[in-house]
Amino acid sequence: MLQSIARRRLFGALGGTILAAMSLALPSAQAAEPVKIGFGMALTGALAGNGKAALIAMEIWREDVNKAGGLMGRPVEFVYYDDQTNPSVVPGIYTKLLTVDKVDLVVSGYGTNVIAPAIPIMMGRKKVFMGLFGLAANEKFNYPNYFQIMPAGPDPKLDWSRGFFEIATGLDPKPKTVALVGADAEFARNALDGAKTNAEKFNLNVVYNNTYPPSTTDYTPVVRAIQATNPDVVFIASYPPDSAGMVRAINEVGLKAQLLGGGMVGLQYAALLTKLGPMLNGITNYDFWVPAPTLDFPGVNEFLAKYQAKAQDAGVDPLGHYLPPYAYAYLQVLGQAVNAANSLDDAKLAEYIRSNEFDTIIGKVKFGKNGEWASTRVLQVQYQGVTSDGLDQFLKPGARAVLYPSEWKYGELKTPFPQ
Amino acid sequence: MFTADLLLNAVVAGVLLGGFYAAAAIGLTIAFGQLDVVNIAHPAFIVSGSFCAYFLNDAYGIDPILVGVLLTPVYFAVGVALYSVYYTSFERHGEESLRGLAFFFGIMFIVEVLLIMSFGVDYRLVDTAYIGESIKLGFIGLPYRLLVPFAVSLAMAGAIYLFLSRTFTGRAILAVSQDRLALRLMGADPVRVKQVAFGLALATTAVAGALLIVIGPVEPSIGRLYIGRVFAIVVLGGMTSISGTIVAALILGVVESLVGTLYGPSWAPAVAFGFLLVTLAVRPAGLFGR
Repeated sequence: MLQSIARRRLFGALGGTILAAMSLALPSAQAAEPVKIGFGMALTGALAGNGKAALIAMEIWREDVNKAGGLMGRPVEFVYYDDQTNPSVVPGIYTKLLTVDKVDLVVSGYGTNVIAPAIPIMMGRKKVFMGLFGLAANEKFNYPNYFQIMPAGPDPKLDWSRGFFEIATGLDPKPKTVALVGADAEFARNALDGAKTNAEKFNLNVVYNNTYPPSTTDYTPVVRAIQATNPDVVFIASYPPDSAGMVRAINEVGLKAQLLGGGMVGLQYAALLTKLGPMLNGITNYDFWVPAPTLDFPGVNEFLAKYQAKAQDAGVDPLGHYLPPYAYAYLQVLGQAVNAANSLDDAKLAEYIRSNEFDTIIGKVKFGKNGEWASTRVLQVQYQGVTSDGLDQFLKPGARAVLYPSEWKYGELKTPFPQ
Repeated sequence: MFTADLLLNAVVAGVLLGGFYAAAAIGLTIAFGQLDVVNIAHPAFIVSGSFCAYFLNDAYGIDPILVGVLLTPVYFAVGVALYSVYYTSFERHGEESLRGLAFFFGIMFIVEVLLIMSFGVDYRLVDTAYIGESIKLGFIGLPYRLLVPFAVSLAMAGAIYLFLSRTFTGRAILAVSQDRLALRLMGADPVRVKQVAFGLALATTAVAGALLIVIGPVEPSIGRLYIGRVFAIVVLGGMTSISGTIVAALILGVVESLVGTLYGPSWAPAVAFGFLLVTLAVRPAGLFGR
């Protein structure tokens, strides 16, 4: 009898131990539930080159974060769809992400044209929304939970071209006239609006101000029309195919100016840098990161090494200087906010992001009005000494001299254009 | 502001651009205008020609236009095979209108996806000695980037015109576009003739694609920007007429260039297509249509 009592006590103790172990295991299984981040991304269409490059950068971030234990101890998963660089499909994508896929967090796709249509969806659900390279996308919405990783500055339309015009007005002789030209698209129009305001502010007379349809095949007529106005300065806001078309047409027509460039997307990519080669010399254009000693932020070179190893096989920009570091950084900001707030609550995350400065691979990031950067860091670089010798010249300082802002300056302006 | 040299340069630039448009549209004149095959995938095949030219230029330094010409037999064979499938599946059953159109939409997407899978989504450009250089005749500037494609386009159009008007097969193609039954009564097989014609139409896309990538960068889905333009040129030209296509393409190029230079590039497509509508209102058969 004593043995049967002892046996029952033993079995009871064993059963209790098993039950205790199960109750400890259950919270661990819940903690392993992934944090789902949802987004649309340009995997086809006009901006797919950048979209796919951004996706590679985001996957690198996800791998790095998961190796370090995830967010709040939970692994990160992506749920994403191809937005085809088509603004009309964006609302549907984000509605699906939030209502069907039930993602925890959302970030934007690449570019103003696809960020703007997503913001109303986010406003309806009060979601924190990290933006990837939208120019003044939030200007009309004033949505407080939007944060934008492109370093345009607190007044993006003006800050985008401010550096270009500050350089222009420092020229000798002082320029008097400016031609403004750009694509008929959201980004370019915003850039041109800002450029016009800056031109007036810096007392430059606008002698040409036109847009062209993105479907334009040849830019010779546009460049000739600009040449006919004999401007001292030419500001161009263009997308990659138009940037290539404009550079070639400028070279063929022989357009001259004291300063030319400004807002030409695409001249930051390996494909255009290598194929346009010496035609780029003398163009002063915006950029966000180039290999210069003044921009050697912690982690950026390690990231680029990982990115460049993956980019070649993926058929995307092998350099990765333009968008990929920022695609990594906007997730760094979101991830740091989640871990610091220890929460996925959008209100808490928004408050944290608004109130703090972040250390990222693109340097320190602090957000200000409307979710834009508290201060601008749109670089103005000038292509100098570019030859037809391929990509290696762009992997080191020199081919792109940093002229503005002064705290990141590395190199001196050469004028006039062309060199 | 509107100086004589600006005006003349705009006209010249428009003529050169129109030459490329003619190369892009001439195959569609054969396929759509003469054979009634609504090949909406025609611009996608042009883009595939661009990528073939890019690949061989990048890998082996071969001139892209030479690549385009060398690939015409391959594209011809693809065109013959494609028409055979189209005829067997749709035209023979009288289902060519909607289902045939859906077929070519599908082909368009397949071509785009294959290009994306093979080359990625980045813009591609080619290197040649003549890109970036131009020749000046007085105050007229002629960029080689447009002049060479213009010359090649005219040569191709001339060759096709001579083939259609001077050879037995060419005349059979013109005949099948006019009266298929009568051609059958003459002892010719209309299906065989249409196979050859469609093959010829697709062969032109190899050359047109090479010209496109000489003029500017391409990415896999850029063909969609040209669907409206090439169909508009075919219709404006009179549907079946090769010379009509050439004239229509030149007119479109000149209108776009003049408006873009003198009034603002944003207006160029609207004015160009407005011209198409006005022409069709006055002459519904198109410029050279019967």
